Amino acid sequence: MIELRADLHIHTCLSPCGDLDMTPKRILKKAKEVGLDLIAITDHNACGNVEVAQSIGEELGIQVMAGMEVTSKEEVHLLGIFGEVQRAKELEEVLHKGLKIQNDPEIFGYQALVNEKDEVEGFVSPLLISASHLSLEEVLRKVHELGGLCIAAHVDKPSYSIISQLGFIPKALELDAVEVWDISHYLTLLNQGYGLEGFTVVYGSDSHFLHQLGGRYTKIVVEDPSFYELSLALRNQEGRRAWVEGS
Amino acid sequence: MPKISLEEVVKQLGLEIVVPGEGLRKEVRWAYCGDLLSDVMANSKEGDLWITIQTHQNIVAVAILKEHSGILIAGNKEPDPETVGKSQKERLCLLRAKENSFEVCGRLYEILKKDVG
Repeated sequence: MIELRADLHIHTCLSPCGDLDMTPKRILKKAKEVGLDLIAITDHNACGNVEVAQSIGEELGIQVMAGMEVTSKEEVHLLGIFGEVQRAKELEEVLHKGLKIQNDPEIFGYQALVNEKDEVEGFVSPLLISASHLSLEEVLRKVHELGGLCIAAHVDKPSYSIISQLGFIPKALELDAVEVWDISHYLTLLNQGYGLEGFTVVYGSDSHFLHQLGGRYTKIVVEDPSFYELSLALRNQEGRRAWVEGS
Repeated sequence: MPKISLEEVVKQLGLEIVVPGEGLRKEVRWAYCGDLLSDVMANSKEGDLWITIQTHQNIVAVAILKEHSGILIAGNKEPDPETVGKSQKERLCLLRAKENSFEVCGRLYEILKKDVG
């Protein structure tokens, strides 16, 4: 077994709010510098920069998972993490059917698709930060149907979190983990009726700028940095573990 | 405090009754408008008619917790099937309006403030 540092929440320049410096190449270079072993690329409702990141990751020895930060119709942010990029693309296709607003880069920022040499290859037109047409439960079901892991993003934040939007986590919601922004804040929310108990806790950087990488990560103990091992770690099975320092 | 029944509000605003709940004789004391459930939990009061565009089933739990007189879903939105089911089970009044929240609130305010001494 090995102990690794995982960051399952990173935006690229495809997210309109992501800095244009957040190209897959620069992200991976920085991830290497700060000692991350496994990352997920999670742009808002899109996964167009994942494959480029994966091929650069392969060269640098960093495992890159296909991911997405989905906005449910209640405006709850959920991370979908997949073992195969094709599954993420299927989800993207479903989501894009419901995105009716077009992006205005002057207002929201560019949504750039970038190649391995940091060159812009194109722009995505639907406004990716808008809410999808799927409810929280529908997103969760879809991610699981596609074999992915579903993590509620930054649950303790005052906006776009399951708690800010819906007050508390609905009973029996089959989340694979909850991502927490501040572990000490999270600890004060436990046993207060928010339904946070019993979920594996992860840290993600939610990086929109290069300097944010490495600031928060999850420790995992696994056999190797594969998707399968990650899912075992989130479920605390077969000796695999995932935890946040200080929790 | 205004003394006006849900029935009267439904009549005057021309609302659709999705679930009548315990009955429309219940008194509407005041109203609260909001879509962030964390805010509604923190700031709404007992007896409020809650106006929202959220349709998720958690709205029922929040309304029960805060002892609202009912929920009014604005903006011609359809409540999720689970939300309707939960309202029936909890006997909570669930209403629907075609108008958006601003228009509903404006009209409801006119009605409720007449009854404030």
